[in-house]
Amino acid sequence: MSNDTLLTLVDLRKWYRMKRGIFGAVQYVRAVDGVSFNLRRGEAISLVGESGCGKTTLGRTILGLERPTGGKIIFKGRNLADLDSKGMAWYRRQTGFVQQDPFGALPPFMTVTRILEEPMIINKIEKKERRERIHRALTEVRLTPVEDYLKKYPHMLSGGQQQRLVIARAMILNPELIIADEPVSMLDASVRIEILTLLRELQKRHNLSIIYITHDLSTTRYFSEWIFVMYAGKIVEKGLTNELLKNPLHPYTRSLLQAIPDPDAKNRFMIREIPPGEPPSLVNPPRGCRFHPRCVFAKKGLCDEKEPSEFEAGKGHLVSCWLYADAEK
Amino acid sequence: MEVKDLYMYYRTTKGSLKAVDGVSFILNRGETLALIGESGCGKSSLAKSLIRLLPRNVAVFRGHIYLDGKDIMKIDDSKFRRTVQWQRISMVAQAALNSLNPVIKVGKQVAEPLIVHKGVDIKEALERARKVFSLVGIPTVFADRYPFELSGGMRQRAIIAMALIMNPEVIILDEPTSALDVLTQANIMNLLKKIKKESSISFILITHDVGLSSELADKVAVMYAGQIVEFNDAESFYSSPLHPYSQKLMASVPTLRADRTPEYIPGSPISLINPPEGCRFADRCGLRMPVCSKEPPLVSLGAERYVKCWLYAR
Repeated sequence: MSNDTLLTLVDLRKWYRMKRGIFGAVQYVRAVDGVSFNLRRGEAISLVGESGCGKTTLGRTILGLERPTGGKIIFKGRNLADLDSKGMAWYRRQTGFVQQDPFGALPPFMTVTRILEEPMIINKIEKKERRERIHRALTEVRLTPVEDYLKKYPHMLSGGQQQRLVIARAMILNPELIIADEPVSMLDASVRIEILTLLRELQKRHNLSIIYITHDLSTTRYFSEWIFVMYAGKIVEKGLTNELLKNPLHPYTRSLLQAIPDPDAKNRFMIREIPPGEPPSLVNPPRGCRFHPRCVFAKKGLCDEKEPSEFEAGKGHLVSCWLYADAEK
Repeated sequence: MEVKDLYMYYRTTKGSLKAVDGVSFILNRGETLALIGESGCGKSSLAKSLIRLLPRNVAVFRGHIYLDGKDIMKIDDSKFRRTVQWQRISMVAQAALNSLNPVIKVGKQVAEPLIVHKGVDIKEALERARKVFSLVGIPTVFADRYPFELSGGMRQRAIIAMALIMNPEVIILDEPTSALDVLTQANIMNLLKKIKKESSISFILITHDVGLSSELADKVAVMYAGQIVEFNDAESFYSSPLHPYSQKLMASVPTLRADRTPEYIPGSPISLINPPEGCRFADRCGLRMPVCSKEPPLVSLGAERYVKCWLYAR
């Protein structure tokens, strides 16, 4: 493990217990099923996947909002499972969360000042210091002139401004890790870029690590160093952003890229090759590779039997697919 | 379909809200028009005006909508409902996934307009529904299932089937895929392309996603603050948009393939209650001139193309 590693996940699992009826058998929804990766200080990862692939659960588990079923989360060399309540309070100060729906994330009866003050009161920061930090945070997210916003309530702000306030709140305790779960999917297209640009600036300025959870591959390109693609509870491909977009390997990643149109008048004459069907149930995921029922390259007796391990197809470019079993040599 | 000088204002406590403010365009048979713009620009209100699904607080609703040369604005409400709505013009509404009735089998729901409007008997209507199902790629056995048994993509197909069953001339698609996953969205777009190719139905696709709009559009209308500021054919629009707003909108689209950093549009759209005189985009426009405080003219650029901007006025 290199020195600048901030967060390491080892075979992280989060299963939800589910029981049908009183006598029904206990089953598990395997929302996150064996995820491992390293996140370095100052780097941003895009975690891309469709709805129901477990990306939100993964984010919540990393934040400590869900207790993992198995595996380890190691933050700055300390295992989260070993932390007592004091240790967890320390961990919470180091992490910030930006949710999808800014309005739902902000208490409607609190003013901007109060919203930003709350985490600092909990962490016993002095009043004078609190004032200064609020000022600084609002300036950083460009809610200026600051005085105009201090007494406002969330409903008086536009969607973009609300999301900037959520970012300011996530930043107020000077965290080192920010998890942004679909931070822009509820905003207008032109505002999206504004918010993502802001996040990127903050990341560079404060040497933050960001996990950007999204379903939209087209926005990852400018806002992260790495892309991890998730399918049915597992990460199927990891690579540097440009490398992965230029040279996608996993058949699932390829079809995701194929599915996204760039504005072009020629698009309307083109039928896209899209795998049929829907992502599998996480209760009884398919045996072997979870993508094999939809995959055109699926080999009988291999892909439907044995789960592919992670193969290194290029420098840092990892893919969980049997097609690349020979590439690693 | 030809729309001429269409106005639709809502009544609010603060005054009238000019959601559709003098809109004109021509839609030819078999063509698809993409209507793009930011949220709150009036694109959904325009759609509702065309199919006359209006809320009660409408203050002004006037203009001309010609369908096959006949002005359907002259038809009164009850006759419009019997002869035009859902029959000649139909719509796939936004958030349509939740618009299916959960306790009625999907086959029956799709067949219902035939029974209600055309008096077709149930058996034949269900038969027709099955035919439309196979057209939109739903296995026909699904006709006997309830909506909750269908996935999001399948439900969206059922709703498209519902819009198709009366064999309309115009179908309005209001953000038809915004609630769907990327791959499902691409599948639905493939389906719409197929229907478009095999029929003479005209589509109006309403979306804020510029990339997605290019999947279907033959013509593009850009809407800003209740008005169409540019009307162009797809070839010219996606390569070189004319109106400064269109240009900024295009520059804000993140692209996967082209190497270009997206830029955001500073400022926010003006309120549609008492909009100022002159160009409504002027405050956010980098190319603002003194003349922009006067109402910009519609500059025709030949062959059903126009732009509402002083830059192009001679």
